[in-house]
Amino acid sequence: MILSRLAGRPVLLAAGLVAALVLPWVVYPPVALDIACWALFAAAVDLLLGFTGLLSFGHAAFWGGSAYCTGLIALHTGLPFPVAIIGGAAFAAALAVPIGLLSVRLRGIYFAMVTLAFAQMVYFVANQWRDVTGGENGLQGIPRELFGLDLSEPFYFYYAGLPFVLFGLFAAWRIVRSPFGRVLVSIRDNPARARALGYPVDRYKLLAFVLSAALSGIAGGLFAIGHGFASLQEVYWTTSGQAVMMVVLGGIGTLWGGTIGAALIVQLHDNLASAGFQEIGIVTGSIFIVVVLLFRRGIWGTARHLLVTRRTAASTEQPAPERQEAADASV
Amino acid sequence: MLQQAFNGLVGGAFYALLALGLAVIFGMLGVVNFAHGAFYMLGAFGAFVALDSFGLNFWLALALVPVLLGAAGVALERLFIRRLAPLDPLYNFLFTFGLALILQDLVKRSYGVQSQPYPRPSELGGSIDLGLFTYPAYQVFVLAVSAVVCGAVWVVLTRTRVGMIVRAATERPELTRALGIDVGRWVTPVFGFGIALAGFAGVLAAPMRAVNPLMGADLIITVFAVVVIGGLGSVFGSVAAGFAVGLASALGNLYAPALSQTLVFILMAAVLLWRPAGLFGREEAFR
Repeated sequence: MILSRLAGRPVLLAAGLVAALVLPWVVYPPVALDIACWALFAAAVDLLLGFTGLLSFGHAAFWGGSAYCTGLIALHTGLPFPVAIIGGAAFAAALAVPIGLLSVRLRGIYFAMVTLAFAQMVYFVANQWRDVTGGENGLQGIPRELFGLDLSEPFYFYYAGLPFVLFGLFAAWRIVRSPFGRVLVSIRDNPARARALGYPVDRYKLLAFVLSAALSGIAGGLFAIGHGFASLQEVYWTTSGQAVMMVVLGGIGTLWGGTIGAALIVQLHDNLASAGFQEIGIVTGSIFIVVVLLFRRGIWGTARHLLVTRRTAASTEQPAPERQEAADASV
Repeated sequence: MLQQAFNGLVGGAFYALLALGLAVIFGMLGVVNFAHGAFYMLGAFGAFVALDSFGLNFWLALALVPVLLGAAGVALERLFIRRLAPLDPLYNFLFTFGLALILQDLVKRSYGVQSQPYPRPSELGGSIDLGLFTYPAYQVFVLAVSAVVCGAVWVVLTRTRVGMIVRAATERPELTRALGIDVGRWVTPVFGFGIALAGFAGVLAAPMRAVNPLMGADLIITVFAVVVIGGLGSVFGSVAAGFAVGLASALGNLYAPALSQTLVFILMAAVLLWRPAGLFGREEAFR
């Protein structure tokens, strides 16, 4: 895929890194942290949707499950926050095993519905198990400190949390570029052929599901620490939908596209909320519908497409679609 | 206990009506309509607005609101759903998700998040002695009318030519097309009908449940689980699973209250382990 050539380019990589580093200067620091968390969450969802062909509508279970688990570890053990986040991510991965086992056998829209239903199960558990999760009130007062260092200032916490996000994004990038990632893409494109070649398709899908859940867990855990609380909102289905929305807005199968989608939607939420507009769904829903109807490649996907068609038109007589396919095949 | 079972059946009636609409729409169009819960909510709000702003009573609302929503469904199918149909089904799923967000927040913006009161129709205000226990007349009416609607749909589907075509197109669209039947002609009315059913359930719900912008959001996920249990695309399976799930969660409420809300999802997991295509579903749900 052309993405690898682009992302591999030092210029773009450096630009991305600089953008990540200056973000809290440009936007309100707590918003910057939200953008970083959601960007990683979107990349995790795209790992499944764009590279394995599985639309999970239940990833709130992993984001929110980890938010609660991370919060509980930080609240009750006093361990430094990175340990808590790793614990939360491990919990999310463990939770993904049974859910994945039951759902990866289903395809397309069936998979989406079943993951959604399982996530709602997690929501009900979080709602009912008040002694542990705080029920409607959620977990509050999650500490934000590292070996006695107080990180409650959002500006500083952004930099404390950024390595997690960068590590997660790098991991996602490594996964899609690895031989394992190529098998995933082949499963997405032609499961029957992948199976005929001898790949245990369901096991690959399950592993992709668990990896994606773990990355979502890192993002969710960081979000919980960053805000100092974990609420029921984190495990509600609209959270899953939000992540999918960011991926679609940025461009399915682009990995970095979700980062742009996350930045736009989080910033939009913040602007609307500070303008006193509570019914954000009207705006985000409309954007989403327009993207689905007219702009299905998403922002990054469209940019990439323009770049590829221009380059192929300039360099060779070969028709663009075939080049695109050939490029896509070599992730 | 018998009374709990009856409560369960009444709750199941709503699941059944929604699952029925979802199943025919899915079968005919291959669209999993995420906005189905939002249309149920619009049905309830339609009844509220009809009474509050136009003074139309419950019975008129019950007749009028589903028709209006059905017409909206027809327009929706013509304008948008149809354009996304040739693409991966996930695009229609995502489209209806966005639509659900918009509808829910539009209502929230106009009426706030508080529940709106809706009185029971005076004819059904009292209780009925059912022999073993007395029961609110309105709930008995809901159960009866849902059973009649599901039964009527069943009769239409099994005994008439229209039903035969819709059923054939629902269960084997390619084969039906191959037999020279124009499946496309039936797609729009079926979509409208499914939406009208959701609106009908919403009007029925108005006098007994809180009329609230969020009332459809939680319900739709449960209904998804119901149709997975019944078998996607299986009309009979969806209705049967609707009543069964209602019954099971009411009895669960009696014996294990903490579990009752998750019971439907536990049931779904069990069914998926045993029969990945659902109880009455076909194997093509998974490969």
